Amino acid sequence: MSSRLALRAGLISLLLFLLFIGTWSVATRPVEATDHGADAEYAALMGKGVDKASGFPPPAKVGEAFVTYLSDPFYDNGPNDKGIGIQLGHSLIRVGIGFLLAVAVALPLGFAIGMSPLLFQAFNPFIQILKPISPLAWMPLALYSLKDSDISGIFVIFICSLWPMLINTAFGVASVRKDWINVARTLEVGPLRKAFQVILPAAAPTILTGMRISMGIAWLVIVAAEMLVGGTGIGYFVWNEWNNLALPNVIFAVAMIGLVGMILDQCFGVLQKLVTYRE
Amino acid sequence: MSLNNPFDPNTELSACNCGRHASQAEHDLAETEALNQRVIQSTVMRALFPKDEERRHFLRTVGVSTAWAAISSLIPFGALEAMAQEKGSLEKKDLKVGFIPITCASPLIMADPLGFYKKEGLNVTMMKTAGWALIRDKTMNREYDAAQMLAPMPLAISMGVGSNAMPTNVMTIQNVNGQAIILANKHKNNRDPKNWKGFKFAIPFEFSIHNLLLRYYLAEHGINPDTDVQLRVVAPPEMVANLRAGNIDGFLGPDPVNQRAVYDELGFIHILSRDIWDGHPCCSFSIPTDFIKQNPNTFAALYRAILKSAAMARDPKNRSIMAEVLAPANYLNQPKAVLDQVLTGKFADGLGNVVNVPERVDYDPFPWYSMAYWILTQMKRWGYVKGDVRYKDIAEKVYLLTDARKYMSELGMNPPKENLRKVKVMGKEFDPAKAEAYANSFAIRKA
Repeated sequence: MSSRLALRAGLISLLLFLLFIGTWSVATRPVEATDHGADAEYAALMGKGVDKASGFPPPAKVGEAFVTYLSDPFYDNGPNDKGIGIQLGHSLIRVGIGFLLAVAVALPLGFAIGMSPLLFQAFNPFIQILKPISPLAWMPLALYSLKDSDISGIFVIFICSLWPMLINTAFGVASVRKDWINVARTLEVGPLRKAFQVILPAAAPTILTGMRISMGIAWLVIVAAEMLVGGTGIGYFVWNEWNNLALPNVIFAVAMIGLVGMILDQCFGVLQKLVTYRE
Repeated sequence: MSLNNPFDPNTELSACNCGRHASQAEHDLAETEALNQRVIQSTVMRALFPKDEERRHFLRTVGVSTAWAAISSLIPFGALEAMAQEKGSLEKKDLKVGFIPITCASPLIMADPLGFYKKEGLNVTMMKTAGWALIRDKTMNREYDAAQMLAPMPLAISMGVGSNAMPTNVMTIQNVNGQAIILANKHKNNRDPKNWKGFKFAIPFEFSIHNLLLRYYLAEHGINPDTDVQLRVVAPPEMVANLRAGNIDGFLGPDPVNQRAVYDELGFIHILSRDIWDGHPCCSFSIPTDFIKQNPNTFAALYRAILKSAAMARDPKNRSIMAEVLAPANYLNQPKAVLDQVLTGKFADGLGNVVNVPERVDYDPFPWYSMAYWILTQMKRWGYVKGDVRYKDIAEKVYLLTDARKYMSELGMNPPKENLRKVKVMGKEFDPAKAEAYANSFAIRKA
């Protein structure tokens, strides 16, 4: 029954996709070039007659971009022109470092805040004020004070992935069932053992949810940050192609960003399943 | 190494004595290099075989080619030669140079594929950068050792206007002219600046010649750039996208952005910037003063490389090849057809005409003090600097005219003898000797 459902859903997905591509190609049909009556030399200088990217690209053009870039994902033509694989790698490394730093701060702090109502009250106003700040708003400050664009990018990832993790960890830890903590107390379990063997497993699903949200945000932010700072990464790639108004390449990059984001999210989904328990 | 008599009817000036090199200078250079090579090789051989008899015996028994292969596998002759050629050892060889993907950057970019940096023993990485503020910050943070900067930027940075103060120097001007005022196609019949009240213009940066020229142009036509129009800072590569989106009515931007707007049928060239001031400076090759103090030999090597490149870029014969080299994604990432029009000066103006202006852009590297003077008068006029401006002091501190002259004459580039010259901006003369009076002479200015 469920496999039939999956098949039918897949079929509908495919239909939707074809419909999307179909509409797209109809909407971007090449229009007949209007003759301005200008002389041939002028027309040549304006790039008439040659394959010139004007207007929104049709699906075939974007398909070409996919083939070109994916057939050689790791080429390196100097510092400003690298393959899509290398660019994605740079972005993933930045996200990875920033995210791990955020984990290193958010988990212990979240634990402390979650276990102590006093600390929770004390930290709460700061968290509430800092949380809604757009991570990119930190960029000029970071560039100015850290004096390094690469570290600034990592800092922005750090700051944007910190809050969801911190809040979720604190919430998860605070809402561990009182019965379990009481049982631990009657068994005279030490504080460290209580933290690692009772609270951590109990709060793990909530913490993982926080991490999953954080990773999603971090991946959104890195693209914007790299467009701003440039150098390497998928965000820089988008920026570089935008400069050339090469929309097929931009669309290709956008698709890759979506794909990688989905894979990252799926990874956390698997992790989340591993730590979920039934009461 | 003889010098041919240029007045001898029997000598050929273009070629060298042996006929294998394009010029006598090249012949001499090749000879020096060969000599260098020999000196190093004999030094090494003498060290390996203190007794000459042993050396000869060794060569006779194994044969020259085997001996050469055996010895060169042990001793890096190439590296030794490179070291011997250095005029004073380089303090820093691996350099990062920032640039914005526009044709103004041509000389400093072209020095890379042409190997001018390599020839000086420098390993330069060209870093494409997203905007001028970022170029400034990365240079100030020492992520870049040197960078392309708009001609007014080193003045502003040295004075601490718009950023922290950091002494910065202009080694050379990258390009003169080569900018244009572009208007959106909908303004084809609205060419008189008097009717431009309420327009939104994009400029690449506050401290840009573009900002100052556009302000000058508008003010000469009775438009107050501070109150009658809106000037927005937009990084050059994003100007066309903004014009397409209709966010702006036009811009005074660098090439190839101007020609790209025409090529994509979004706008037309209202005037070229040389119609405002023929010979105006645009971008510069700039470097922090500290870097010069710490790395004097690297600085000299860098100077030679970019001056050679500028000399190459000035030659109209090279322009078409330059377009080809600059087009790929690693450098400007623009269609070659666009770059060709910019560099050769034969272009479509967006109004249906083919225009031929070979002087559309020039790469005269000489950093006239008078350029700095004019920029300072306008920065004062528009309120970027307040109080008394010490034109002479600032210009001489920031623009390295004497160094440029020295290295230019070393390379046989005939630098001008004067430091200041009078220029005409929209028909009105600017005398650098009377800079202060000029700055105060404008009716439209920042109140």
